[in-house]
Amino acid sequence: MGSRGSHAARIPDGDSIRQETGFSQASLLRLYHRFRALDRNKKGYLSRVDLQEIGALAVNPLGERIIDSFFPDGNLRVDFPGFVRVLAHFRPVDDEDPGMRDPKEPEPLNSRMNKLRFAFQLYDLDRDGKISRHEMLQVLRLMVGVQVTEEQLESIADRTVQEADEDGDGAVSFLEFTKSLEKMNIEQKMSIRILK
Amino acid sequence: MLRAALPLFGLPLAGAAATEEPTQEPGSPGEPPAGLALFRWQWHEVEAPYLVALWILVASLAKIVFHLSRKVTSLVPESCLLILLGLVLGGIVLAVAKKAEYQLEPGTFFLFLLPPIVLDSGYFMPSRLFFDNLGAILTYAVVGTLWNAFTTGAALWGLQQAGLVAPRVQASLLDFLLFGSLISAVDPVAVLAVFEEVHVNDTLFIIVFGESLLNDAVTVVLYKVCNSFVEMGSANVQAADYLKGVGVVLQTWVLNQFRLVPLDKIDQVVMSYGGLRGAVAFALVILLDRTKVPAKDYFVATTIVVVFFTVIVQGLTIKPLVKWLKVKRSEHHKPTLNQELHEHTFDHILAAVEDVVGHHGYHYWRDRWEQFDKKYLSQLLMRRSAYRIRDQIWDVYYRLNIRDAISFVDQGGHILSSTGLTLPSMPSRNSVAETSVTNLLRESGSGACLDLQVIDTVRSGRDREDAVMHHLLCGGLYKPRRRYKASCSRHFISEDAQERQDKEIFQQNMKRRLESFKSTKHNICLNKSKPRPRKTSRKKKDGLANTEATNGKPPRDLGFQDTAAVILTVESESEEESDSSETEKEDDEGIIFVARATSEVLQEGKVSGSLEVCPSPRIIPPSPTCAEKELPWKSGQGDLAVYVSSETTKIVPVDMQAGWNQSISSLESLASPPCTQAPTMTRLPPCPLAAEEPQPPFDLPYDPRPSFAFPPSLAKAGRSRSESSADIPQQQELQPLMGHEDRTHLSPRAANSHWCIQFNKGGRL
Repeated sequence: MGSRGSHAARIPDGDSIRQETGFSQASLLRLYHRFRALDRNKKGYLSRVDLQEIGALAVNPLGERIIDSFFPDGNLRVDFPGFVRVLAHFRPVDDEDPGMRDPKEPEPLNSRMNKLRFAFQLYDLDRDGKISRHEMLQVLRLMVGVQVTEEQLESIADRTVQEADEDGDGAVSFLEFTKSLEKMNIEQKMSIRILK
Repeated sequence: MLRAALPLFGLPLAGAAATEEPTQEPGSPGEPPAGLALFRWQWHEVEAPYLVALWILVASLAKIVFHLSRKVTSLVPESCLLILLGLVLGGIVLAVAKKAEYQLEPGTFFLFLLPPIVLDSGYFMPSRLFFDNLGAILTYAVVGTLWNAFTTGAALWGLQQAGLVAPRVQASLLDFLLFGSLISAVDPVAVLAVFEEVHVNDTLFIIVFGESLLNDAVTVVLYKVCNSFVEMGSANVQAADYLKGVGVVLQTWVLNQFRLVPLDKIDQVVMSYGGLRGAVAFALVILLDRTKVPAKDYFVATTIVVVFFTVIVQGLTIKPLVKWLKVKRSEHHKPTLNQELHEHTFDHILAAVEDVVGHHGYHYWRDRWEQFDKKYLSQLLMRRSAYRIRDQIWDVYYRLNIRDAISFVDQGGHILSSTGLTLPSMPSRNSVAETSVTNLLRESGSGACLDLQVIDTVRSGRDREDAVMHHLLCGGLYKPRRRYKASCSRHFISEDAQERQDKEIFQQNMKRRLESFKSTKHNICLNKSKPRPRKTSRKKKDGLANTEATNGKPPRDLGFQDTAAVILTVESESEEESDSSETEKEDDEGIIFVARATSEVLQEGKVSGSLEVCPSPRIIPPSPTCAEKELPWKSGQGDLAVYVSSETTKIVPVDMQAGWNQSISSLESLASPPCTQAPTMTRLPPCPLAAEEPQPPFDLPYDPRPSFAFPPSLAKAGRSRSESSADIPQQQELQPLMGHEDRTHLSPRAANSHWCIQFNKGGRL
């Protein structure tokens, strides 16, 4: 990796991306090479099909949704900065003292809140800021094998929403979502070590 | 614990031995009692295999017997029990024969006993966990062993210098070092034996286990080195343990600088404590050359003592110690439904993102290897009867757990009453009522055994329904890739579960992709009015939903996304309409997966009653009645031909394409469009729908799930249609099966059948 340091200059907007996402030079380079590898036709951007080519995603129940998260707002293409931006959510959390961070700067993409936001928008397909029971049911359907019947699924979905729903609106807002996961070690669960 | 059994079993026998002596072994192979010399010679001949076989037999029986009493085994690790058993038997033999019977020859050990043990461990090793932690493991294995060896040796020598060692023990520093090297070998087998019951968190487990695996190499090298300098003595070794503890702490501190997840203090304690010595050490000590090492006997004795001590004492106490120190356990306390679900979600997300990033590039090879293994090696190394045997043992174990489960329930686990345990979703072997808590948890993949964990997770005051739901959810959730439970589930892996899960998920994903693909194409084709070769492929989904839709009900939303319901609803077109696409309702339409052999031969649909014509481009979803006729299980005449379009292959990821192409080409068709033999419809051979799964009997009210290997399933994921396929008497290989399914599908359990249909439909061609 070190020997390819000179190639860093080839990444368009490399510096600004690094600034925005906080990736190290090495990680960014690695991601760039990965981007290029995925972009089979050398179009300069990735389309859905390119991501679907990744075999392992096809056997991941959330594979499709993850792919969709790379194409926000109905885009059909994702360029390298967009690619990196999504992946930045999975950067391990920096250890530095949060108090030292400049409060005026926007929260880094890999903060706990942003990680949770990323997960939230995987559930919340219609982007209304809430996970409705229906959306919860859909996620459950994705994730659960076929031996669970529809009624059982529905009751699980009901239960799940009930548990988290505090203001009784029948849906889980982002805050409620966060609250229900406060005990979970999100920083670890949603971090890929290699993306330091 | 067979692995542990054999060597440990032999220890006591050997401990009493000095040399081999022939005796009248009752039941020795019938040789006519000849002269003494002859008799002796023949005994030597048969001795080794005979006794080995005897050991194996007794050890197996012992293991089964031990498992009969779950309580005992939860307290005492099996290795202890086996040592005791060995002692007892050895004592018996000694008493009878008045002299030592048999000594465990190192040759025997290394040649016969060790390889299967190693194979077993290596084969089942959770490789992902192992490689993730490889750095730590190597450190401990190499540095740790070296440190242990030196400190042990030095400590002993120090003791000798201090005059605490009896003078008759003649040993020098080198001897001590030699001894240190061989005694420092943490035995993986013994470790496993103890840890299996204890359920420490995975990280800890894999580190200790991995270390023990790798340090043998270090040990042997050290041993050889020191052996050349040889003279040794023995004394109490326990003092050295303190130094070893120091070593662990030091190493851990170094490691923690580099690890993402630091190892807790408590984990370190357990690691120090978990260093059990075992048979390897013993074998090595026996190998010492007596002439060069005058103190060999002392060493032997010491080794035996050490082994006993570590296994028995540490083994016995490690469990209470773990509990007392509140070591972070492999399963934290039962989380809320939300947490449960979201945790799984995150695991999946993480796995997906890792794949996107291309992390762990070697996984491709690993997966290839696993496929290879599954197909060939497993067949070779584990016969079907092995599966069955394991199942039988599991049954025994399972049934005998009921007693414990009931007693557990009586103790106040009122939530999980026996009726509460009858979860319909749990695959149960016998009647559902016999579910035991342990097996519930096993099935749900939590990997817990009854011993420690379940007791802790009893929540009082929690809604019973919640508990039921938890189990339901856990049992139903797809397991993300990482979750290989290293410990208890080791011998009860359901090999097919992962594959089945993959198949299901894959099919769902493919359907969705085709949907969205079609919907984008749909917009493009909307303006065309003439029938013309259409490139889109759509996937036919649920015939049953078709039926429902005809009733005017809104299709039940099987869709996994809001954007496209996967259900094929009423298409009220007639067959003569030209462009069906325009009239289809985009949202409601199911996707007809038409694998087309060619794209330009798609003429007006005219099926001439033969199967030789490709369907028309306008795959017109037929009218309800036609659709009903279409349903293979209803009409009894499904069209079984399958076509592949190029677009489809674009959506199927590259890795799968090989399998995909294989399966398609195996259907005598080309995977790519313009095929020269244009008119040829491709048809799938009757698919192996025999439900011959060795799988646990699902408690499905409907048909057994067909088992099929992965690649063919891709092909089965679609079915073709032709215009008047209703008229075509199709081949009916599958019909009987379908017919049966049909009844159940149309039962009031529409909900269930939806689930069922998706995947059984996959079997239909």
